[in-house]
Amino acid sequence: MPDSPAAITIKGLTVAYDSVPVLWNVDLAIEQGVMMGVVGPNGAGKSTLLKAVLGVVPKLAGDVEVLGKRFNANRQQIGYVPQRTSVDWDFPTTVLDLVKMGTYGRLGWFRRPGAKEKSDSLAALDRFEMRDFAQRQIGELSGGQQQRAFLARAYVQNAPIYFLDEPFAAVDATTEKAIIRLLKDLRDEGKTIVVVHHDLTTITDYFDAITLVNKKIIASGPIATAFTSQLLDQTYGGPIKNCGIECGFQRAPMQLSHPTCSNVSQSPTAPGEVDDA
Amino acid sequence: MLEFFSDHTLRTVFLGTAGIGAVSGAVGCFAYLRRQSLIGDVVAHSSLLGIMVFFLTSYLVTGKGSKSLVVLIPGALLAGVASLLLTRWILSHTRLKPDSALGVMLAIFFGSGILLLRWTQRATPNIPGKRGLEDYLFGMAAAMTRSDLWMIGILGVLSIAVMLLMWKEFKLFTFDPVFAQSTGLKTTWIDTWMLLIMVVGIVIGIQSVGVVLMIALLVTPASSARQWTGHLGTMVLLAAIFGGICGGAGSILSASFSNVPTGPVIVLVATALFAVSLTLAPKRGLIARLIKRRKLERSAEVAAGGER
Repeated sequence: MPDSPAAITIKGLTVAYDSVPVLWNVDLAIEQGVMMGVVGPNGAGKSTLLKAVLGVVPKLAGDVEVLGKRFNANRQQIGYVPQRTSVDWDFPTTVLDLVKMGTYGRLGWFRRPGAKEKSDSLAALDRFEMRDFAQRQIGELSGGQQQRAFLARAYVQNAPIYFLDEPFAAVDATTEKAIIRLLKDLRDEGKTIVVVHHDLTTITDYFDAITLVNKKIIASGPIATAFTSQLLDQTYGGPIKNCGIECGFQRAPMQLSHPTCSNVSQSPTAPGEVDDA
Repeated sequence: MLEFFSDHTLRTVFLGTAGIGAVSGAVGCFAYLRRQSLIGDVVAHSSLLGIMVFFLTSYLVTGKGSKSLVVLIPGALLAGVASLLLTRWILSHTRLKPDSALGVMLAIFFGSGILLLRWTQRATPNIPGKRGLEDYLFGMAAAMTRSDLWMIGILGVLSIAVMLLMWKEFKLFTFDPVFAQSTGLKTTWIDTWMLLIMVVGIVIGIQSVGVVLMIALLVTPASSARQWTGHLGTMVLLAAIFGGICGGAGSILSASFSNVPTGPVIVLVATALFAVSLTLAPKRGLIARLIKRRKLERSAEVAAGGER
């Protein structure tokens, strides 16, 4: 799409918590229709990057454009899936009501969701195979089901761009596979999907493009150019040996709690079952 | 009991305390779900300073201290809001943790309030109207007048109206503030309105329940209601009913014993309701959970026996 504007354009973004900078002078463009992984060590500012674009954490400096327009004019174009652990799942509400919350932004102040919002939400639950849970208390869901409910809530936002903050943290392997399949379907429908991700071994399976973050953008682009061991070393500040596109572990289905690929290199054909953090 | 409802004063008191309980019960659900009980307690205690300042101001202006809620509630509101704003300032300018900042604020405002109260009571020459000021600590519903009832009624209806109007925003912001902000809702406004109606829900109870125990009427009905339901709407309605029962029943009970402060009696009724909810509620109740656990143990034993 040479003529269409980038999905997200970030210029000179700096974010600080108190007096500690988390992101420093970040420039980044995310093309439309890609499935992009955002990768970096803990505390590198991955989540903060998404939150700063969404206006959830204040920017010290910098501008954000969404689909070629200023963020404020186009903020409804981004659907958001926060970290699952960021909310209290004991909150008294049903799965259907949770999903309906995705329509609140478009409804604006004071207007209540009606029949249209309900049918949209039920359709979203259908898509994420959660229809049978519509009337269930959210506190009764498993981790994977919670994640699907969150995805359904973002889906009813009906946005061309989606931000997901660690959607695979502590979900089982089956759920992870189902979620990635659904996300790829969305990508194939032309949506832009940006995912904060921890597991370096699945990058080549899941994403078309990657952004390496550590306070600044180390690299951003297609897997072939940005997911190299040299750039990863730079991102993680050292000993990530034999990881990246060169080493041929594209199919390794391992899930590691820490992104150190040296383990993988010792047993490239390791069986897929590893417990998650 | 019959004579209670025919008695004009007692009817005023009953309506007032039931209304206070209903409003603070409903509003308290959001404080409960947002884990802001401590904030509520700081507001309640801090309001004593506002009460004293406005009482003394009315003495300086008219020559007699006023104990009308029309005068004292604005003072309590101001002090409550001031304590919250100061807490917010401390949190953004120092490295103090929220609970410490709130603790410090409670100590400063309540301490100053108590100091002014004691000074007023012992001041010479005598300050007219000072008798009964100490009732603001533990509540004396019998002191309620018709104009007090109006004040409570108007503020109560306003808070409930704000809550119903902003229901969807309150719900989303309470559950997931980050997501709420990402959708473009002005969350600082939602937060401000929620805090404001919480402060109102607290200060309308200063006369009947007292500043020391008011927090219980905010949080206990909400905690009880949560036991019985998994829907926010039902929870708020139940908490309002529970709060109304506690306020009304508490004031009748305390009126039947002379010279017993209303606050402790209301809180005891609320505690009894809470104890019942904690044990008997389906699903979340202690007994229901015990039965479920026993069933599990039994089937585990059967399964183990089958293995052997």
